[in-house]
Amino acid sequence: MDRLQATSPCAGLLPMTVGALSVEEMKAGPITSVAPFKGASMASVERALGVPFPAPLQSTGDTALRCVWVGQGEALLIGAVPDASLRSYAAVVDQSDAWAVVTLRGAQGPEALARLVPVDTRPARFGVGATMRTQLGHMNASITRLDEQTVMIAVFRSMAGTLVHDLRRALEAVAARS
Amino acid sequence: MRIECPLCGGRDRREFYYKGAALVRPDVDAGAQAWDGYVHLRENPAGATLDLWQHEAGCGAWLVVSRDTVTHEVYGVQLAAAYSVGARA
Repeated sequence: MDRLQATSPCAGLLPMTVGALSVEEMKAGPITSVAPFKGASMASVERALGVPFPAPLQSTGDTALRCVWVGQGEALLIGAVPDASLRSYAAVVDQSDAWAVVTLRGAQGPEALARLVPVDTRPARFGVGATMRTQLGHMNASITRLDEQTVMIAVFRSMAGTLVHDLRRALEAVAARS
Repeated sequence: MRIECPLCGGRDRREFYYKGAALVRPDVDAGAQAWDGYVHLRENPAGATLDLWQHEAGCGAWLVVSRDTVTHEVYGVQLAAAYSVGARA
């Protein structure tokens, strides 16, 4: 049999730099959807997760292990596989191959996103650690601010090409005006 | 039109999917007439209405939205998961 080689969702599409903004694919590592069962002990969930379970619009943890709220009663654990005991307290689904995750870096990031996202992403309203589910263009996306200069954008893997295309157009429009 | 999602905050209408009237589901043994009404009969009010929306491009939550079809004012939004049917009847 031929040797099959896995490619990342944005292979051949990224990185790109336009003006002062750059987009890179993020080496996110394992991505696991975690949806705690009704009435489950959150202390047990968090012990198995290794980080606090995030409140709506929040993320917890850091670069090595991050837990990002992605909807009603659901969060993504990014960076490591959760402890097996978590399955007693939550619905756990490996989604590592299901997401295209990129970072948008640069002070003008919110200006670019303003062309695609119907929610304010400026640091004053969308601080470090804040996250949101919204649309980027016509794609459902998860957007998280990692630091003052950087946001993480995750979309379904099948839409990686569209994500990069839409971002490129927004970045070019911002660069054309600076 | 903007809807104040209890989880996500105020969001544009484009993020929401409209389901229809938020009705009280009849009991299983309520009889054919009650079920016929539940499945087929709808009011078409000019004024206050109560309907189900899903924050489909956001948190995914189902919402019970109370709004006015004449003025487009949204009176209130609640998570359907936390909504008490008894309070509506």
